[in-house]
Amino acid sequence: MFETLSLITLQQYWWLIVSLLGALFVFLMFVQGGETLFFTIAKNEEEKSLLVNTLGRKWEFTFTTLVTFGGAFFASFPLFYATSFGGAYWVWFAILISFVIQAVSYEFRKKPANFLGARTYEVFLFINGLLGPLLVGTAVGTFFNGAMFSLDDMKHVTWGTQFRGLEAVLTFHNLALGLAVVFLSRILGLLYFMNSVDNEAIYERSKKQLLYNTVPFLVFFLYFLIALLFKDGFAYNSTSGVTSIESYKYLHNLLAIPVNTLMLLVGVVGVLWGIGSTILKGGTKGIWFAGGGTVLTVWALLILAAFNNTSFYPSILEMQSSLTIENASSSKFTLVAMSYVSLFVPFVLGYIWYAWKSMNNEKISTEELEKEHHVY
Amino acid sequence: MLEGISTSLVDWSRAQFALTAMYHWIFVPLTLGLGILVAIMETLYVKTGNPEWKRITKFWMTLFGINFAIGVATGIILEFEFGTNWSNYSWFVGDIFGAPLAIEGILAFFMESTFIAIMFFGWNKVSKGFHLTATWLTAIGANLSALWILVANGWMQKPVGMVFNPETARMEMTSFWEVLFSPMAVHKFLHTTSSAFVLAAIFVIGVSSWYILKGRDIVFARKSIVVGAVFGFLSIIYTIFTGDSSARDIAHYQPMKFAAFEGLYNGSEGAGLVALGLISQNSTDPNNQNLKDFAVKIEIPNILSYMAFLNWNAFVPGINDLIKGNEKYGVLSADEKIARGKLAIEKLKAFKEAKKSGNVALADSLKTEITSPDFQKNNFKYFGYGYIADKDTLVPSVAFSFYSFHIMVVLGLYFIFFFLFALYYTLKGKIHKKRKFLKIAIWTIPLAYIASQAGWVLAEVGRQPWVIQDLMPTIAAVTKISVGAVQVTFWLFAIIFTTLLIAEIKIMMRQIKIGSKTEGGTK
Repeated sequence: MFETLSLITLQQYWWLIVSLLGALFVFLMFVQGGETLFFTIAKNEEEKSLLVNTLGRKWEFTFTTLVTFGGAFFASFPLFYATSFGGAYWVWFAILISFVIQAVSYEFRKKPANFLGARTYEVFLFINGLLGPLLVGTAVGTFFNGAMFSLDDMKHVTWGTQFRGLEAVLTFHNLALGLAVVFLSRILGLLYFMNSVDNEAIYERSKKQLLYNTVPFLVFFLYFLIALLFKDGFAYNSTSGVTSIESYKYLHNLLAIPVNTLMLLVGVVGVLWGIGSTILKGGTKGIWFAGGGTVLTVWALLILAAFNNTSFYPSILEMQSSLTIENASSSKFTLVAMSYVSLFVPFVLGYIWYAWKSMNNEKISTEELEKEHHVY
Repeated sequence: MLEGISTSLVDWSRAQFALTAMYHWIFVPLTLGLGILVAIMETLYVKTGNPEWKRITKFWMTLFGINFAIGVATGIILEFEFGTNWSNYSWFVGDIFGAPLAIEGILAFFMESTFIAIMFFGWNKVSKGFHLTATWLTAIGANLSALWILVANGWMQKPVGMVFNPETARMEMTSFWEVLFSPMAVHKFLHTTSSAFVLAAIFVIGVSSWYILKGRDIVFARKSIVVGAVFGFLSIIYTIFTGDSSARDIAHYQPMKFAAFEGLYNGSEGAGLVALGLISQNSTDPNNQNLKDFAVKIEIPNILSYMAFLNWNAFVPGINDLIKGNEKYGVLSADEKIARGKLAIEKLKAFKEAKKSGNVALADSLKTEITSPDFQKNNFKYFGYGYIADKDTLVPSVAFSFYSFHIMVVLGLYFIFFFLFALYYTLKGKIHKKRKFLKIAIWTIPLAYIASQAGWVLAEVGRQPWVIQDLMPTIAAVTKISVGAVQVTFWLFAIIFTTLLIAEIKIMMRQIKIGSKTEGGTK
């Protein structure tokens, strides 16, 4: 059935899937946000244990989503994989190392004879919680602001600076997105604590922190969004493949794809509703609105970066090296084969939902942890 | 095209990949095998209702969890390293290689990470049957992840199901099923996973032996040994069968690797197998220090020919035949292959230039020539040889290949007897009296790791200089980046992984000391 689709449709289909994975990943970074809050929210070991354990049962989903995002990007747009990972070497390794130290920390933290001590593993989690969202957000910023690479005939990448991608933080627009993602992940982490932990003190402290994190989030996010609408973008001609600068490119994209614009608006409203209703009325459902809103917002932003003849990874070193969903994609054969695999995704989401549901029936509390065999 | 890429960059990039892969492979085989063993133990619990089996299951599950976390930590680096350090490779074959990685994520990793949460935290939350299903799905998910990455590796050892597209300057997939069911990939998967089962079985028997030596948890330990020994015995037999098939694949598709791991310099009909040997310090060729013959060897006649081609008198080419060529047996010389590869690269360059300058007629005729079956068969097949400057680099390290192969095989044979004795002593009820055997069992644990690592050393060092057999050498695959940057990340990973390894071993040993009574839970 996928064979009958045109190449460009398949390329768009795969951009939608990769972007959705990216959007889910940003939502799931509530784990990272939560990891930066152990020292703020918990006032004693028992409370800290509750927070660590509630995140500890979810961290693998975030991690797996990141790995799958990488794999799917590799399969569908291998030129991006080759260019960005090979080029922005330091950024990606900084992100990866922060996830490496995370992966052992939950399991090792409270085990006797753990060599480094519980505190070190908590610091590892904090580093992951801060660096992960900051660098991922900043790296996504380069989808709009471009990166310093050029490609030769054989598509070998050359990078324009020896900082290998770290220079992206010098562009304030990138950094603003990075910081927005940091505060967003903290907001989501707080809402998740309020939803999943059965402890009055943690609930109240989280609610207070929610406000403190919302203000900087709004400042950085709105700056990013508004600046985006007024900035130049990288457009390409799909017949000649030539990339050129277009004023108000992203504003044009918003007008050209109204469905996406609607999705963006619903997403932003969802995030704000989730936060606002929790601050004003309390309750534990904020995470679902804010989380769903995050997915829609990020998904819409990534679509904005690549659809409507826009280069999703522009080069500011040599514009004609810029990557588009057309010149960076796999062959039609591979996209078709992969599209069949994508039919499994609803099934995978189905069993994940079922498993979560059967596990989350009971909130985490000190009594629940005492009954448990496996405690972090 | 390769200006500015030094061999030192290639070496450091290879060293970094080897470091991460070897560290990753310390943890993965135990995860693959212990996952299945734990699932078998839990099945026994559900079938018999005996709480002793539940206790046993939970104990091994705790060790599984500790080991799993660090396997995940080392694995993520590997996935992204294809992009960071081998970016030219990633583009050249991303069309084929990316798909298995994506499927691995979508189909296997999510299965593993969803059900592992139920396996660890679901004892009091879901039914017995659901929990058992989750444990099995975790084990199956882990082994499925291995399937996809090994399919990708098998493809690099013998590329199939693809065609070269001069427009995009890369390989493109033409048959997904050919890639998935390539014999190289299938044998590699079966051999690797079954060898992982062997390692896990030895781990279980070794740890249980320690308990018996200490005179504690005897029932628990004996039950564990029985499960481990039966599972291990079946696995090792299967490992040997699949290893035999893998060797035949290598003889057919990677003759240089085959010659290297047998230390066969001059090919012959009815070639003998060197069962044991020591490689001498002196080279047989003053130009290539790698070519060192045996100082001592024990050879069994005709076996090698049979092993490679199921024919006692078949011709097996040696390293010298593969370099100098052997007309009688139709073996092309390295010089000839290099010339053919160079022509393929030149044609591709000419095509690119014709396209750039807008010479459509020339571009079209070159494209027709490049994609013609004749050119594909006679020239493109040797594309990678065009990058080879010194033909001596076509010979992988003979010592590395020979020793890793023989260490793996000798240990593999030893494991058969090991499992048989473990089973026999336990079933006869005498295991607690066999203190020497119990001590040997503990020392067999590191041997299992050595055998397992040796297998990968053989597979990867033995195929040098190729990233993709005959099509892409490491020097053409590597990311152009400063050597200093790779050195920094190399040492960074070395420090991080070593630290985490120490932590893991200490935690494991402590958990083993604590034993099964506390069920591993420490708050």
